[in-house]
Amino acid sequence: MAESRNPLAHHFDSLEQQYAAAKLGMWSFLITEVMMFGGLFLGYILYRCRFPEVFAQGSHHLDIKLGAFNTAVLIVSSLTMALAVHAAQEGRKQATLTYLFFTLMLGLTFLGVKVIEYSDKYQHHLIPGARFLWSEGDAGPPQLFYSYYFCMTGLHAIHMVVGAGLLLWLMALTARNRFSPAYYTPIEMVGLYWHFVDIVWIFLFPLLYLIGRH
Amino acid sequence: MSSPFALFPERASTMAWSVDALFLFILWISIFFTVGISAAVVYFAIKYRRKHDDEVPVQIEGHLGLEILWSVIPLILMMVMFFWGTKVFLQLVVSPADATPIYVVGKQWMWKIQHPDGRREINELHVPVGEKFRLIMTSEDVLHSFFVPAFRTKMDVVPGRYSSLWFEATREGVYHLFCAEYCGTSHSGMTGRVVVMSPADYAKWLSGQAPAGPAGGAMADVGAQLFTAKACNTCHDGRPGALGPPLAGTFGHSVTLADGSEVVVDEGYIRESILNPQAKLVRGFQPVMPTYKGQLSEEEILQLITHIKSLKSVEASGEKP
Amino acid sequence: MKEESAATVNYLNCDYSIRSWLLTVDHKRIGIMYLLAVTVFFLIGGIMATLFRFELSTAAGDLVTAETYNKLFTLHGVVMVFFFLIPSVPAVLGNFVLPLAIGAKDVAFPKLNLLSWYVFMIGGGITLFVALTGGLDTGWTFYTPYSSTYATTDVLSAAIGVFITGFSSILTGLNFLVTIHKMRAPGMTWMRMPLFVWALYATSLIMVLATPVLAITVALLAVERATGIGIFDPALGGDPVLFQHMFWFYSHPAVYIMILPSMGVISELVATFCRRRIFGYSFVAASSIAIAVIGFFVWGHHLFLSTQSVYAGMVFSFLSFLVAVPSAVKTFNWTATMYKSSVSWQSPMLYVMGFMGLFLVGGLTGVVLATLGLDVHMHDTYFVVAHFHYIMVGGVLMGYLGGLHYWWPKITGRMYSEAWAKVSALLVFVGFNLTFMPQFILGYLGMPRRYYAYPPEWQTLNVLSSAGASVLGVGYLIPVIYLLWSLRHGKPAPANPWGGKGLEWTIASPPTPHNFEKPVIVTEGAYAYGEGGHGHG
Repeated sequence: MAESRNPLAHHFDSLEQQYAAAKLGMWSFLITEVMMFGGLFLGYILYRCRFPEVFAQGSHHLDIKLGAFNTAVLIVSSLTMALAVHAAQEGRKQATLTYLFFTLMLGLTFLGVKVIEYSDKYQHHLIPGARFLWSEGDAGPPQLFYSYYFCMTGLHAIHMVVGAGLLLWLMALTARNRFSPAYYTPIEMVGLYWHFVDIVWIFLFPLLYLIGRH
Repeated sequence: MSSPFALFPERASTMAWSVDALFLFILWISIFFTVGISAAVVYFAIKYRRKHDDEVPVQIEGHLGLEILWSVIPLILMMVMFFWGTKVFLQLVVSPADATPIYVVGKQWMWKIQHPDGRREINELHVPVGEKFRLIMTSEDVLHSFFVPAFRTKMDVVPGRYSSLWFEATREGVYHLFCAEYCGTSHSGMTGRVVVMSPADYAKWLSGQAPAGPAGGAMADVGAQLFTAKACNTCHDGRPGALGPPLAGTFGHSVTLADGSEVVVDEGYIRESILNPQAKLVRGFQPVMPTYKGQLSEEEILQLITHIKSLKSVEASGEKP
Repeated sequence: MKEESAATVNYLNCDYSIRSWLLTVDHKRIGIMYLLAVTVFFLIGGIMATLFRFELSTAAGDLVTAETYNKLFTLHGVVMVFFFLIPSVPAVLGNFVLPLAIGAKDVAFPKLNLLSWYVFMIGGGITLFVALTGGLDTGWTFYTPYSSTYATTDVLSAAIGVFITGFSSILTGLNFLVTIHKMRAPGMTWMRMPLFVWALYATSLIMVLATPVLAITVALLAVERATGIGIFDPALGGDPVLFQHMFWFYSHPAVYIMILPSMGVISELVATFCRRRIFGYSFVAASSIAIAVIGFFVWGHHLFLSTQSVYAGMVFSFLSFLVAVPSAVKTFNWTATMYKSSVSWQSPMLYVMGFMGLFLVGGLTGVVLATLGLDVHMHDTYFVVAHFHYIMVGGVLMGYLGGLHYWWPKITGRMYSEAWAKVSALLVFVGFNLTFMPQFILGYLGMPRRYYAYPPEWQTLNVLSSAGASVLGVGYLIPVIYLLWSLRHGKPAPANPWGGKGLEWTIASPPTPHNFEKPVIVTEGAYAYGEGGHGHG
């Protein structure tokens, strides 16, 4: 769709048809993502029901301040993303670029904080595997908590990295004037993706950080 | 064991005929529909075969009545199968209360069997005719599945938990025992025999068998020695003020947990409490018990369980069960 | 193909370069690339089956070692399921036919379609690489904790291969879903769509909803295998049965990914070769959707004996019976379509009749296995093996071969030898029954599956089965020969050799690169055979 100057691909009859196809495709893709994260949530729920105390203990070792900060960062990034889509819709190139840039910066901030958290877990021997150390009894179930913590936040972080790449791509295309109020489908689609990744975090944060805190 | 032309395995348990009868019922319905529809297809294909190239047959769009008919009739038949099948299933999986326990540990690639009186067998199980047995099974490593075709019963053997299976043999003979869940290289070698004997022969066989095992004696006695050797008795001594909850007489009854919920003390709960003591803490007790994970083999855990089961509440300390 | 007259440009002769194939975004060429790939995978899987069937003709283990035997049946399962059965009808026939059938120039996302093929080939390459570096011995089901902890073979690479291949399936399903929603020609309303398109729609729903769960499942398995983090490890409090639930949440619907498109093909074939609109069109269409939806809630019937709760078992059993009803509805409607029709005995119709017989047996034995009280005895025995081969080989493969013979003239522009095609259809039917009917008996007698050696009293039936497999193998090899032969020597195919009513038969064989030269406007429903003379039965 991107490399030809005419945004209409050969097999579509109209831009409207192409836009509708892209939108349905993106939503379908997000549903596949929901199912994929769903597999992780299923295992998490099962083990949390099985080891409620251990999961609460594990949760207390996570840094709630950093988690809350990251939640705020992502919510703001969703706002800037929405503003970028809006700007593209109105054909304001400079504003689009600016908002995309802010979104990217916020995404990178999130990832930076995640790196701090992960390295903290590493220093405290909370990475599942041979080096895992747990002073409060059987190390098995706590390790399960951290396995899910890392799988869930890790998969989420991978999505953030992909999202950051997509934002760079969009910025390059915007700079080259590929978009117009008549055609800004990629920005809108990446926007959907970005919001989805944010929403996943909105679920992850309470499930992982807030267990047993009232 | 059976002839090369047999279509059914021997029927050697009380459940065998129930299963076969259900199977025959569904089999005949299946044959009826398979033959009927196939015959219709072949008949139509011959009767209405194309006579010339530009033939256009009369067009029939469909028929609502027929659609309903051939949805509802299969549905009714299948509901019959469902209820009948579920009834047989419940009979197969719910052990009668008076069944004698036998403990089975599966490992790559053998079956280790312990009778409550301490006798051990490997890949063989001797039982008398006319008595109910309940196998309590677990695995040391991967998934296995205990399968005796002549008894028409089978159950997966899963590491980390107990599963059970029961039977009452009705015919003397030697029957196949298979592992039915793929478990690695020698999966097909993880087989054995179930020897069903008359009560007299069984008694003779019993007397010829010295109680095996390094410690000797009944499982509960071996378990009692372990109970002391692992110092379980220092806390679970049943006296008021003891660090651990009393165990005597609790088996089969429910206890109240720290969070107020109730749990029935069964093999699975005792096993979990030995390996992961904090998982379901009895109300009024501190989480002070260390885990015994890695210090006890599956068989030793089973011996401890038999010991705890054998503790009658004669010296019960007045705690509610 | 070089004899093609230069006058007509079609999708095959428009460009002969290798590059034009490897970078094509034409759904027809991508279909052919899938055809080549799945044929190779089928032959590999078939050779493995031949080897272990040969091994099983004696009761003792003598031809190969137990380890080799386990690797053979594992790779047979992995290759056949993930690299043949799942892509066969949707990715080969679906890719080629779907846009033609709805009057579109291509699928909605042609580049994504090409990407699917590459993803498929990369996943397949990694999996075959495992075969070269020592094999895999977990069974295609990868059950934990054997696969995660105890197996000594290359589970990690195999899991990665399957993970990657899953995305090919997801992308194909997503592409088809959007194509069917957004790319239909004007006038092609939902209730005018050919039933094959309905079936592909139902299939795509499953691909999109279920495959991501397989992806995360094998990803967790791979992570656990690589790092020992304990998700399925009972030693750490993990639950090996969780893996089974997650695995079958995908893998049972996956059975419908395989069989639904085949059912769709059968509907097309019955209509064309009986010259009759499918009896109860809307019921057949709706039954595909019903199968796809209910099919999501029956996975637990693979776990009746896994220590799953008795009540869960009852629910899953009930739903499994329920999902059999729409399949029965389809079968009755196909049969009714033949009544007072004009039945042609051309080879694709022979495959249809073969399908009907084998699918009936497969479906009804499925009902036997859904019965809780019977599954206790038959679970993990050869009865299960025979049952799912009747569905997946008897059903899926007969539909696939029937469809391949039906659309071959459209795909290649050539006619094949009708006589040989009939011989092959007959051989496959006879060989198949000879191979798998004895396995039902073996299963009821109690022979567990995945056994390398077995008690000697079962040898007769095993020999019969192995003999049938040889017939079956010949039945499958013959089409490879005469279909290849037809490429050079076959008569040029007319646009509509069978008198089909689908849009694909209104254009040249083979089609031009962009399918339809003139804008398509659909004015009537699928299978409009009667000229105004619509009777009502």
